[in-house]
Amino acid sequence: MKYTDERSRPVPPLPSQEPVRLVDRHGRRHEHSSFTAPDPAVLAELHRAMVIGRRFNQQASTLARQGRLAVYPSSMGQEASQVGGVLALSERDWLFPSYRDSVAMVTHGVDPVETLTLFRGDWHSGYNPHRYRCAPQCTPLATNASHAVGLTYAARRKGRDVAALVLMGDGATSEGDAHEAYNFAAVWNTPVVFLIQNNHWAISVPVHRQSAAPTLAHKAVGYGMRGYNVDGNDAAAVHAVVKHALAEARDGGGPAIVEALTYRIDPHTNSDAPQRYRDAAEVEYWAERDPLARMEALLRNEQVVDDGLLEIYERDGEKVATAVRERMAGEDKLDPGSLFTDVYAAVPPALEQQRRGLAEELKGV
Amino acid sequence: MGAALNRALHDAVAEDPDVVVYGEDVGPLGGVFRVTDGLTSTFGEERCFDSPLAESGIVGTAIGMAMYGLRPVVEMQFDAFAYPAFEQVVSHLAKMRNRTRGAVTLPVVIRVPYGGGIGGVEHHSDSSEAYYTHTPGLRVVTPGTPADAYSMLREAIAVDDPVVFLEPKRRYWSRQAVNLPVRTEPMERSVVRRPGTDVTLIAYGPMVETALEAAEQAASEGRDIEVVDLRQLAPFDDAAVAASVRRTGRAVVVHEASVFGGYGAEVAARLTEQCFHYLEAPVLRVGGLDIPYPPPKLEEHHLPGVDRILAAVDRLQWESEWVEGRE
Ligand SMILES: Cc1ncc(C[n+]2csc(CCOP(=O)(O)OP(=O)(O)O)c2C)c(N)n1
Repeated sequence: MKYTDERSRPVPPLPSQEPVRLVDRHGRRHEHSSFTAPDPAVLAELHRAMVIGRRFNQQASTLARQGRLAVYPSSMGQEASQVGGVLALSERDWLFPSYRDSVAMVTHGVDPVETLTLFRGDWHSGYNPHRYRCAPQCTPLATNASHAVGLTYAARRKGRDVAALVLMGDGATSEGDAHEAYNFAAVWNTPVVFLIQNNHWAISVPVHRQSAAPTLAHKAVGYGMRGYNVDGNDAAAVHAVVKHALAEARDGGGPAIVEALTYRIDPHTNSDAPQRYRDAAEVEYWAERDPLARMEALLRNEQVVDDGLLEIYERDGEKVATAVRERMAGEDKLDPGSLFTDVYAAVPPALEQQRRGLAEELKGV
Repeated sequence: MGAALNRALHDAVAEDPDVVVYGEDVGPLGGVFRVTDGLTSTFGEERCFDSPLAESGIVGTAIGMAMYGLRPVVEMQFDAFAYPAFEQVVSHLAKMRNRTRGAVTLPVVIRVPYGGGIGGVEHHSDSSEAYYTHTPGLRVVTPGTPADAYSMLREAIAVDDPVVFLEPKRRYWSRQAVNLPVRTEPMERSVVRRPGTDVTLIAYGPMVETALEAAEQAASEGRDIEVVDLRQLAPFDDAAVAASVRRTGRAVVVHEASVFGGYGAEVAARLTEQCFHYLEAPVLRVGGLDIPYPPPKLEEHHLPGVDRILAAVDRLQWESEWVEGRE
């Protein structure tokens, strides 16, 4: 019928309410009808990245306590979601992280010190996005999601096979910009996977006050997208599901929402007061489902790693932490003149005048 | 002017394969003002297309496209419908170069038909320039003539800064004998549209034509008025405007937007700082009333016209006598 809306699009399957799980909390394999765990080598790599990530989180939190970072939003407990998602990317793909995703960035290859530049207060973003294929860490919620859609759109036009992973929180899904990005991605069929780390809290607000959707992955259906629920503390499952979603998206199957069910063990940031809004028992419950312990148990059970290898991972983590500490120890002198460059392509006359004014102020003229 | 903008888009798309035009209804319809007319039929859907109806998404995706080497030119259908995209403009578009220390440049042009005088209903007539000019990192430009419309849009698309390109919609139908393509002065320079000796009228966008009319009318009464067209509102070209005001010693800034906290306040303050000893009277502002944009049947009372401008010019003369009298 030419003059009616033909409604020819296939209805995406409803996401299963049961999250995909491939490894249970005791480190035993969990059978799943559609997904299989990655190879042992990849499992080991996931674990190593989580060990480094956790150590990085601790070090950054310490630096924040010491006042050497202005703030740090820890992702302790969420390592499986971040690492599992990032390691599913190819070397051409882009990452679009939010403020809590430092571990994802380090895993993606961003220099750990450059990752912390924002929180240290040296600059708003410390790295060259093109060098790492990593967009600037984003503070306003959900606003970088549409950038990923635009970037993959442009890449496809230029004939390049580039997908993107957008990391966002459960709270961020309530923002209008999340909706617009989901919708654009689906209509334009760009290869973007929106990985929602549902860590149960948006600062002090629980998920059920955020959304009435059965799961956040169910939102995908209304956009004509595929949605997946995954155990966000199971790095194998996150990796398998994100990899699958990316592959489908590359093949023209459209973008996807993946909801990873996880938990923020630490406070929202170092200045948060979580005892005001959540029970210690709840934290305890989730601590028992720790993503690192679970992966370690699996790898030991299946003799993929032994004490020796695990020690090496610990040492790798320690190396990253030491390097971060040492490289951040010195008080780098920042050049106030740099405030005026990179506002516009060229410094406009009125700003040049302010630059000279500040220089004179500094000379004490 | 609409035709000049249309020609500029055609030429830009033809010359640079990275230029893409999109927005609401800009495809086969050619935009509600037909400024994008013929782009889709000439260059195909790849180069000019309708996007979902979502301003924040339009600007957000343009940012991502520009990060990967395209030069998007997007349309906001009307001034007041650009507000949903404000977050993207302020927090990302304007700041990306600065955040990344120059590693990421965003050559994005946001075309915004703005201002009143066309009998539009609510939300179709706002003058939103002050919101944008207050944001460092953006270039905010507005053409006052068809020749500038062509030239400045070409330049806006070519420049590596993000540009908010404000199109004075009531001038879309302005005609001028001009051979396109034409290149006028660089957009960051203000120009003297009409030389004069007694008073400088500082105008931009839709008010340039009105200011010129006022100057003509004043000429018949023996007053020689200079009219400066600002063109690029931010970053601001102090030199040209100050030079004019030093010559004439009197200035009136004219715009459609409400006066309070408006763009004219910035211009007046700068002129006071830079030309104080040349001024024979305070710098005056003429603009819209400090009210939400009125319904069409009352908009003539809001919008400054020739009479209000000439009344201000008269006040300047009086003010100068008053200043002299005090000496
Ligand atoms: C647009 C916007 N509004 C408010 C804030 C302040 N804020 C920072 S984090 C946060 C909670 C976000 O929760 P969620 O998306 O679940 O991510 P999480 O912090 O749990 O990782 C809020 C309200 C913000 N950063 N951006």
